[in-house]
Amino acid sequence: MKYLYYPGCSLEASALEYNLSTRALMASVGAELVEIEDWTCCGASAADATSYLLSLALPARNIAIAEKTDDVTDILVPCSACYLNLKKVAEKIKSEPEILKKVNSILNEDQLQISGRLHVRHLLEVIVNDIGPESIRHKLKRAFTGFRIAPYYGCQCLRPYVVFDDPEDPRSMEPLIEAIGAQVHPWNMGGKCCGASHMNTEMDVGLELVAAILQKAKGADAIVTVCPMCQMNLEAYQHKISRMQNEDLRMTVLYLPQLIGLALGLSEKDLRFDLNLSITEGFREKLASKLQFAA
Amino acid sequence: MNLTRNLKRSNQTVQASVNLAPVQEMVRACIQCGTCTGSCPNEFAMDHTPRKLWRMVLMDQTEEIFQSKTFALCSACYYCTLRCPRGLPLTEAMEALKQIAAKQNLPRYKHSVGFYKSFIQSVRRHGRVNEMEFMTMYFAGLKNPLIPLRFTSLGIKLMFRGKVSMLPPIRRERPLESIFRNVEALEERL
Repeated sequence: MKYLYYPGCSLEASALEYNLSTRALMASVGAELVEIEDWTCCGASAADATSYLLSLALPARNIAIAEKTDDVTDILVPCSACYLNLKKVAEKIKSEPEILKKVNSILNEDQLQISGRLHVRHLLEVIVNDIGPESIRHKLKRAFTGFRIAPYYGCQCLRPYVVFDDPEDPRSMEPLIEAIGAQVHPWNMGGKCCGASHMNTEMDVGLELVAAILQKAKGADAIVTVCPMCQMNLEAYQHKISRMQNEDLRMTVLYLPQLIGLALGLSEKDLRFDLNLSITEGFREKLASKLQFAA
Repeated sequence: MNLTRNLKRSNQTVQASVNLAPVQEMVRACIQCGTCTGSCPNEFAMDHTPRKLWRMVLMDQTEEIFQSKTFALCSACYYCTLRCPRGLPLTEAMEALKQIAAKQNLPRYKHSVGFYKSFIQSVRRHGRVNEMEFMTMYFAGLKNPLIPLRFTSLGIKLMFRGKVSMLPPIRRERPLESIFRNVEALEERL
């Protein structure tokens, strides 16, 4: 397994642990990641909100650079917003020749061209389809017996492009959670919106959306996420939301590769548990006392 | 008074200079079923429902559209796009309205427009976004010292973990300059 790797801006800063745990997990299953050379921002949700052409040109530049690497066919993207931006331009140039022409005329000055030969793939899909629950079960070092995990998918790895999961009722993380010996927290919030950048521009609205998710997560030991924006929104405002709702809504929130990595024998240090904002004392104690070494 | 006059003036300019036709093209086949409204997680905070907004777009109600916060409250969850029985690109239509508001610099949307423009400015400068720099630009543009306070405790937590203020490691200066310039040139011709 060899992938071109597009980390994206968040993974170098606020989501550093997502980057490092992704690399650690992929290395531990024998996959090779080749970082796209001098990659630049995909436009996030900001290009979409300012210029349509820019929102296509920014991700296209990264795909065009990636296409120069001959022996790889897939781009691996852990951030859902980056994934959607890259995926969107990859899909649009296939169905709209006009767009392909325009994008290439924009890239031309930098001696770059996009053809669309690469597949843009989200980390969750790669974990589900290329690694798979069977191989995780096989490589298991520590079983999460007695842990209840709430899978949170967010929006943009599910919609609008339906690739690997039910976009209304996502289930793809469940076999992974079961493979590490944990129980799936039953809830219907997995594909609901975390408010995305509302937390910066319309905070009251964002807080409402996250409050509803945290309330439904009660009873779980942790929420797992696959997007830096979802992770930040779910973990960073828990005290404020608990005060607003007048109930204790503190909850451990981990990135999926952190959870699976730990089960496969990587250490909390390798997976940078020190960088998460909301790992509760209770969860740390449970990890220390309950995490069993698999036979 | 002043504010009302200003708003009025800015909206008259909006009406004269806005081309709604591309957005109308996107929602032309809307049957007003309301699936978008029923699917929208932010509908509770909107002044007009998405369903009503599409009708306003088709009826050329430019002034009302750009007094409404509805499109600015779209968080791009794509539920409406997924479920629309006519298969319309509704999230993209919301984005098209955001793009108009950004191009016109409408004061009504100064929070979100300021946020996105600061972000893009930082990207144009460095190739990757520098979170610290762009949040500083965004706060400075708001001219309201109370808003940054909401983020202080988060900022401290992130700094403590070494998660902010790293300048992205890009080898070239302004690696996106030609792309930004070419996009602008192409947009001017449209």
